[in-house]
Amino acid sequence: MTALRPDLATISEWIEPGSRVLDLGCGDGTLLEHLGRTRGVSGYGIEIDDESVARCIERGVNVIQRDLDAGLADFDDDAFDYVVMTQTLQAVRYPHRLLAEMMRVGRQGIVTFPNFGHWRVRAQLALRGRMPVTGALPAQWYETANIHLCTVRDFEALCRERGWAILQRAMVDTRHRERPWMRLLPNLLGEIALYRVRRDGGG
Amino acid sequence: MDPAAGKHSQPSAGSVGIVTPQRMRFEEPLPLRCGRSIGPYELVYETYGELNAARTNAVLVCHALSGDHHAAGYHGPEDRKPGWWDNCIGPGKPIDTRRFFVVSLNNLGGCAGSTGPASTNPETGRPYGPDFPIVTVPDWVASQARLADRLGIERWAAVVGGSLGGMQALQWAIDQPQRVRHAVVIAAAPKLSAQNIAFNEVARQAIFADPDFHGGRFYEHGVVPRRGLALARMLGHITYLSDDVMRAKFGRELRAGRIGYGFDVEFQVESYLRYQGARFVERFDANTYLLMTKALDYFDPAADHGDDLAEALRRARARFLVLSFTSDWRFAPARSREIVKALLDAGREVSYAEIEAHHGHDAFLMPIPHYHRILRGYLARVAEEVGA
Repeated sequence: MTALRPDLATISEWIEPGSRVLDLGCGDGTLLEHLGRTRGVSGYGIEIDDESVARCIERGVNVIQRDLDAGLADFDDDAFDYVVMTQTLQAVRYPHRLLAEMMRVGRQGIVTFPNFGHWRVRAQLALRGRMPVTGALPAQWYETANIHLCTVRDFEALCRERGWAILQRAMVDTRHRERPWMRLLPNLLGEIALYRVRRDGGG
Repeated sequence: MDPAAGKHSQPSAGSVGIVTPQRMRFEEPLPLRCGRSIGPYELVYETYGELNAARTNAVLVCHALSGDHHAAGYHGPEDRKPGWWDNCIGPGKPIDTRRFFVVSLNNLGGCAGSTGPASTNPETGRPYGPDFPIVTVPDWVASQARLADRLGIERWAAVVGGSLGGMQALQWAIDQPQRVRHAVVIAAAPKLSAQNIAFNEVARQAIFADPDFHGGRFYEHGVVPRRGLALARMLGHITYLSDDVMRAKFGRELRAGRIGYGFDVEFQVESYLRYQGARFVERFDANTYLLMTKALDYFDPAADHGDDLAEALRRARARFLVLSFTSDWRFAPARSREIVKALLDAGREVSYAEIEAHHGHDAFLMPIPHYHRILRGYLARVAEEVGA
């Protein structure tokens, strides 16, 4: 088995052993399988894609097939220690609603998304006047699944507005490496943003 | 479906071959939910594959409304059709008999060999008929547990079923938590809706209204309530298929090519339904049909736990796989999601997949590749877990 993608490795370090995790848009279940094996984490993934659902089941990961745009009404308040959403936020219909749902059903939320403030994105739009195509945003505008792109500043502004406290942040490149300069100017130099947040007053 | 074609197209997925039903007799009466008891009684069952030395690889397959113990293979070389779930059970198939020891039985009250309304009532020396007690899903679980005891199976690696069979799997997980490792609940519901019960009631009324029914004592009159039972089956059949599949299969195609302005069979779909109804009468007992539809109506595991399904499922120790089919309107995906929600609320381990299929409720019997892949993937994990 190959090494875990470094952003997933970062996320799994953020998660306390033995906790209950809900992974939204869990893909083929890599993260949950890793968390289960290495940190004794129990949980479920939510995924809509048939192929990914089948892969989760084949690797023994609990997966619930459903559309995240339908919300998380099946889950009670505080049902999970963490609700994780990697590289999915930008593809859902109402990101702020889904984030609010995440913060309702989980004590903490862990979110990753491609940073639309990265200099390469800005440069392509500013200099070429074209929709950016980068490592973090590889698809053309007409075939991308991403419908709600945001920058690090946008996300942090939303958190402030909603009263969510940012507990941890990490910035990585598309190969999911952390570089020291990304800490200096995260919105300009970070390609993928990772956040751990909680409701204020939450545990 | 042409079983022979399936057999040769994929060499790894074979047939269990010729199987012989077996019979087990239970002397001690079984107390039933209705307050009565039944016994002595007999269950007819089939097994496929080998029980391993540790006795950990047994899978129970529960049948649906009109099913029986003959789930896979053939009864003889002349047999034209294999068991009802032959596409799923066998060497190399999703329920792989090279790894699992599969048990499938005819439920109590059935008409394929197990003690049922057509059996002789030892108290009267006549067929039970309407005197056969009402049996419920929990009663079946209890009777199946006795069979498991006799077969030396302490714990099922999995209990698997579709429709009414899925309800039995759910009930097993609740009633016998220590005896079920995995429950696979396919195209089921946590209880019937008023609409479901209404369809069942119309089917029963069709049987009651047949002059040959004789209050359920038709055996003694040497007749069969053919029209009523066929009508019940025709109604059922409509609810098992989807509008799409009926349109694709028949459309408004006319048998004679033109409209005859009369009440003879004109549309192909009419001919199909009449054929299905008539064929069903040859193999099924009207009293059993009444009993099975009642068992469906009464099914409600939450009722024993303050109408809280999550509370009921908190007892379970099994891991669950819940599957539904997009075009199933008899037990629509929303009904399966109710089960999933209750499992989540109960903190149980569950996976749920909604299979894209146009076949309606009957999809659970079809060899839909994605569906079979999921079953195969899940059960391969189960096999690893139990060392099969």
